[in-house]
Amino acid sequence: MPPVIEVTHLHKRYDDKVAVDDVSFTVDKGEIFGILGRNGAGKTTTVECVEGLRAPDRGTISVLGLDPLADRAELTRRLGVQLQAGMLPGRLRVGEALELYSSFYPRPADWRGLLHDLGLSEKARYADLSGGQKQRLSIALALVGSPDVAILDELTTGLDPQARRDTWELIEGVRARGVTIVLVTHFMEEAERLCDRIALIDRGRVVVVDTPAGLAERAQAEQRIRFRPSREFDTGLLADLPEVSGVGGRGEFVVVTGGDGALNAVMAVLARHQIVAERLRVEQAGLEDAFVELTGRKDAE
Amino acid sequence: MNSATWRLIAVEGKLCVRDRAALVWGVACPLVVLVILGGIPSLREPITADLTVFDVYVPVLILFNVAILAMTALPSTLAGYRENGVLRRMRTTPVGPVRVLAAQLVANFVIALVAMALFLLVAGLGFGVEPPRHPLGFAVAWLLATAALLSIGLLVTALVPSRAAATAIGTLLFFPMMFFAGLWVPIAQMPPILQNVSAYTPLGAGMAAFQDSYLGGFPSWQPLAILVAYAAICAVVAVRWFRWE
Repeated sequence: MPPVIEVTHLHKRYDDKVAVDDVSFTVDKGEIFGILGRNGAGKTTTVECVEGLRAPDRGTISVLGLDPLADRAELTRRLGVQLQAGMLPGRLRVGEALELYSSFYPRPADWRGLLHDLGLSEKARYADLSGGQKQRLSIALALVGSPDVAILDELTTGLDPQARRDTWELIEGVRARGVTIVLVTHFMEEAERLCDRIALIDRGRVVVVDTPAGLAERAQAEQRIRFRPSREFDTGLLADLPEVSGVGGRGEFVVVTGGDGALNAVMAVLARHQIVAERLRVEQAGLEDAFVELTGRKDAE
Repeated sequence: MNSATWRLIAVEGKLCVRDRAALVWGVACPLVVLVILGGIPSLREPITADLTVFDVYVPVLILFNVAILAMTALPSTLAGYRENGVLRRMRTTPVGPVRVLAAQLVANFVIALVAMALFLLVAGLGFGVEPPRHPLGFAVAWLLATAALLSIGLLVTALVPSRAAATAIGTLLFFPMMFFAGLWVPIAQMPPILQNVSAYTPLGAGMAAFQDSYLGGFPSWQPLAILVAYAAICAVVAVRWFRWE
């Protein structure tokens, strides 16, 4: 099956500033594909080229077999877009906006159902909506045309934790109906929870494309073992272990970092010296660690 | 035209009506002026063989209405749409932003049409002002004047960078335009040089065409040609250089 979206060697500059240097990736049918990177990494410019809002300087893009610029009319019918700052006239009511947008498409979704699913009130004016409500409405507008592909940019920015989880559930429901979703985000938890695969973009280039678990693994991140020993002991005993890469302490706690075998080795040493590891906690590296590791920089924001 | 276009026109019409400022300044204000002027007996005395001052003011107020809609309401709405990303959002739909512009023009046109009919009715039934003696000529004059003004409003929208600038420039153009339509001093009482300038302004040309039709003839070619030129040139420039973002 050919990919739904295929981006090859995309390059885009604004005047003398390179926004996207060299980006290639493919998105398969029915998957949630994440584009992850900090602000200014080139995520939004990349999806704007995919949406046909900007013309690439170099490279090719195919969406559902269509050229985003040459086949605009056909593409807009099959691609739902949520813009980072997608706005509506202030005096327009929520219900009117959804009804209007649904009239644009050949096979629209039931807009009242969307309204209900997203917990929006029909009579509210756009100007009176909170940031979170505006965000939800823009998601509804991206889905109202029953698109084959939906591109969602900064999906849950400005939502409170509960609304964020509700939105994630909604997106999973949309995917279950066979819609391919591209999710632009700088929010790790969101990418980890929703995405089947993630393209990590940094400074206008794709660093890596992998599953969230694969990304975390690639980072070769170590596990971190944290416990409170039942009595004081010489932590040098642990530092000598070949599986252990570092030993530190925080108050009365000992923190050991190391590879896969570290936990067993540490436990064996402790047992031999009849030390009990109280309040033991083992942390695996997550996407956040992978991000820092793979881009070589801290601060995903 | 399909249902999406009609729905868009209906929505833009609703939004225009909800924009109280446009209705208050564009419709209610000239209507109130009409009623007040109609109540002043001295303005009802004939100044020429056929016309009273009040008669002359009815077409001035009709132009006032169109000018408010075209020069202030339209540019500030559309420039606001551009500023807030409304047009950009429309670009990602099958409908596209051009039809939003068209729907705004149609909505303002319809409001102007209703207001014009209302003014003629109030003036006729309330104060016994005779309707234009050449209705077809009047209709042509009104259509061309409205087209010229909407076209100028679109040009302002196309070229200015922001909503604030659109409102400022629209308002700035509105006052001299209304001056040359004879809002403050009737054109007939202006010095000759100002009368000559007036003939080449959109509202001055509009007034000349209205006056011909009120007096019973089809408007002469000169004011009509001037209105057509304004409408065509401004529309072409606006379409060619419209800033979408």
